[in-house]
Amino acid sequence: MTEIKLPVSPDEIRKLKAGDEVSITGVMITARDAAHKYLIETDGPEVKEILKDSMIYHCGPVVKKEGGTYSFVAAGPTTSIREEPYEADVIAKYGVRGVIGKGGMGGKTLEACGKHGSVYLSAVGGIATTLARSVVEVLDVHKLEEFGVPEAMWVIRVENFPAVVTMDSHGKSIHDDVAKLSRENYEKLVGT
Amino acid sequence: MGHEKLTEHFLELIRRASTVLPRDTEEAIRKGIENEGEGAGAASTLKLLLENSRQAKEGSTPICQDTGALLFFVDMGPDFRQKDVEKAARAAAGEATARYYLRPNAVDAVTGKNSGDNTGLGMPTFHFDQMDEEGLRVRLLLKGGGSENVGAQYKLPDGKLKAGRDLDGVRKCVIDAVYNAQGKGCAPGVIGVCIGGDRGSSFACSKEQFLRNLGDTNPDPVLADLESRLFTDLNELGIGPSGFGGKTTVLGVKIGKRHRVPACFFVSVSYVCWAYRKAAMTIKGGEVSHD
Repeated sequence: MTEIKLPVSPDEIRKLKAGDEVSITGVMITARDAAHKYLIETDGPEVKEILKDSMIYHCGPVVKKEGGTYSFVAAGPTTSIREEPYEADVIAKYGVRGVIGKGGMGGKTLEACGKHGSVYLSAVGGIATTLARSVVEVLDVHKLEEFGVPEAMWVIRVENFPAVVTMDSHGKSIHDDVAKLSRENYEKLVGT
Repeated sequence: MGHEKLTEHFLELIRRASTVLPRDTEEAIRKGIENEGEGAGAASTLKLLLENSRQAKEGSTPICQDTGALLFFVDMGPDFRQKDVEKAARAAAGEATARYYLRPNAVDAVTGKNSGDNTGLGMPTFHFDQMDEEGLRVRLLLKGGGSENVGAQYKLPDGKLKAGRDLDGVRKCVIDAVYNAQGKGCAPGVIGVCIGGDRGSSFACSKEQFLRNLGDTNPDPVLADLESRLFTDLNELGIGPSGFGGKTTVLGVKIGKRHRVPACFFVSVSYVCWAYRKAAMTIKGGEVSHD
């Protein structure tokens, strides 16, 4: 298990290899479909300083509000591939060092990881109650009214957030490996 | 039964669906852990699913933050009115959102505005059937968006798959859909299939399969054989829990059929994630029981 403290440098990130289990501590931001579109179309003034050398979490949480304070109740990853058209540009533009989600991403993001010193990390899909326990504080939220709870950009502090590097900055993707292996099995089963 | 009482029962139904992993699913995941073998990475991932579900049940918090779309299947006796049942269910959806059992999940498709209470045009969805005897039987599915996105509909014959208008053609479609889903639908999933119907009724029938118990046997022996064969085939794909690789790609395969017009032969494949959230309640003589 490798400990990662945010913010993190590209050099630290380049030491990570696909398959490494990591435990992340620090400040990161949730962003999914509406937020990625926003980050490309604007300069993301509210979040650009935090995003530098930090991470994006593909997550649309269930959030509790009590006396003006927010806390995460359930916060597992959402499917990352929907952000494939945007992610490489978001990584380049904001200096994002890690993208956390589920299901993996495509070639464009993998290339951006190599070019900029970034990684894609998988959290286990659906374990939302467990992962919410790693989100120890909600520091801020942006675009809540406009985007709604799941799509808003939540600035969160995580402690020992568990994830696995599944796409590294050396061109290796576990998702590509599994896709290739399952393709061979598929061809045996279907006979095409 | 008055609106308030009925709303209360619906609220409890939603709470249970969102926060308690059904017994059949827990058993299927345990079998998956045995098959993967101690020490395997896939077994560790499966154990995390059970640990998360235990924590969710304990704290009455959602198993998964994507609490999905609410699909109500209602069997209604002569002592209930459809309008009253819908009204109570919608009120309960709003209250369940306020209590964080549900994430606000109903988004206007044009403006992008979230309604904030899980109700909107066509949400939740209701399927009503009449019963002769008095009472109310409600079955609820919470279907997440990630798994909904990997559903697929095929039209046979399919040249690319070399799939003809026969059961082997159907089998190829299902394998293709689960292969394409990889880990994106939160594997290991449960696969609902419909052979036949029109485009709409076919998808509806594929989702109705999710009302079945994972351990049941299809009363149609031909479909029962196909279910069993596909269960083995799909678990040979090697996609595994979360798509990280492994022997547990699906927890079950359930197949239904509908008559079709001669020109059309649809095969619809719906996917639910391992967080197979379903719950049921029966109301009779003013008493409610949850199962």
